[in-house]
Formats: sequence, structure tokens, C-alpha cells
Amino acid sequence: MATIGVQHYLVVSAALFSLGLLGVLTRRNAVNVLMGIELILNSANINLVAFSRYGAGNLHGQLFAVFVIVIAAAEVAVALAIVLTLYRLRRTPNLDEVGTLRG
Amino acid sequence: MNAEAVVFYAFATITVGSAAVVVLARSLIYSAFALLFTFFGVAGLYVLLGADFLAATQLLVYVGGILVLLLFGVMLTHKLYDLDLKSSTHQFFPSALLTLVFFLFLASVVWTTRWAQGGERVPAPTSAEIGELFLGKFILPFEAASILLLVALIGAAMIVRRRKDA
Repeated sequence: MATIGVQHYLVVSAALFSLGLLGVLTRRNAVNVLMGIELILNSANINLVAFSRYGAGNLHGQLFAVFVIVIAAAEVAVALAIVLTLYRLRRTPNLDEVGTLRG
Repeated sequence: MNAEAVVFYAFATITVGSAAVVVLARSLIYSAFALLFTFFGVAGLYVLLGADFLAATQLLVYVGGILVLLLFGVMLTHKLYDLDLKSSTHQFFPSALLTLVFFLFLASVVWTTRWAQGGERVPAPTSAEIGELFLGKFILPFEAASILLLVALIGAAMIVRRRKDA
């Protein structure tokens, strides 16, 4: 227990992923759902960097994490654009009040 | 407990605790500021894993970019007199139970798996090697990611643009 191994980081990452999933599942506000998605992407990054440190012995995991950060930046920009457009259209930031396509 | 374990548990507590505040706080502003501490905790874990360049990138991109963008999102999707910025939840207890079971499942898998302990990397400065890999072996995904980022940002600006005819 005293020496920190790869599984310690994986457990922290699993906790972060579960909390992010909880945020995505339960929050009504769209910006809060985006925060949950950011938590999930961060947990994936912790996994990649931990494997890069303990498993492979090279830097490919860290490179992958940089790509994940790039994707996260692009994702949050597009998602906020959609949320702002939705707010302009429907005057609500809550996702469950946007049910126009529901049959 | 050696020093590495103490630092690890400190950063892990900061990360997971503030992530719980992000998910459970009633106010959107509290969530956003707790997200700041989560990003700091994750950056600390990166430093502990010997990823100095990635830790700096995490602080620059997440704290400097994404968090500010999210705060703009919070501010722009509420009326100005709506000061409390509440965010209610939806089907909380079934989801909490589901994610708790999911977390326990993941943790048990992590603890029972014998992970390959290959060549453990000695902590050393990484930015020079990352730069060589990006402009050598991984030049194609690097360029593809830069084009994707450009297209996504132009697309985001196009989506929120006010149209004349609307």
C-alpha cells in the first residue's frame, strides 16, 4: 500500500469517471453536463499518463493525452456554441425542456 | 508512508473531492470553481507521474481556456437578475446508485488485474522528446489535430453568429 503503483492512479481515475458520469446523467443544466464530460476526459488522461509512466516506458501515452486535450478544447467550444444557440432559441439552459423532437 | 504516497493521496483527495463538489453543488458558480481545483489536482498527479509538459498544458488549456469558456457559458445562459444560478438534478438516486456500482466494479477490476510492469520510465524532462515525437513520428496526427481544432473553432463561431434574416 505504501508504494504508489499504477492501480492507485487507475482507482482515482475510475472515481473521477464515475463522478463525471453522475454529472452527465443527473444534471439538467447543459453547462453542468459539459463539466461532467470534462471530468470524464480528465480521467481518461490520468489513465493514459499512468500507463505511459508505469507500463510502456515511453512517451506515447502522454502524446495521446495531448491529443485528448485538443479534442476537449474543440468539443467545449462547439458544445457551448450549441448551448448558446439553444438558449437564444428556447430561453432555457435546461436540457429536459428541449423536447421538440420527442414524438 | 513515504513522501510520494503522501503527495499522491493529497492530490487524489483534492481531485476527487472537488470533482464531487462539481457534481453535487447546487450552484453553477460553485461547480465551476470546484472544477478549477479538480484541474489543479489532475495537474499535480501529472507532475507526480513525471509528465511536466502535460501538467503545464493542463493548466494553460483547461484552467486558462476551457474553464473560462465554461464560465462564459454559465453567464450567458442566465438572465442577469437570476443571481443564484441554481442547477437542479434529475433522477438523482437511481443514477447515483448506478454510478456507485459502476465505480466499485471498475475498482475491483483494477485491483484484481495484474498489470504489466514493463520498462518503468525514469522521471526526466519530457518536452524535448515530446517535441521530437510530434514533429517526427507523429507528424500526421499532429497536423490532423491542428486542422480539426481550426475547423471546430470556425464552426463554433459560425453557429453562434446572429443571422440577419433570423
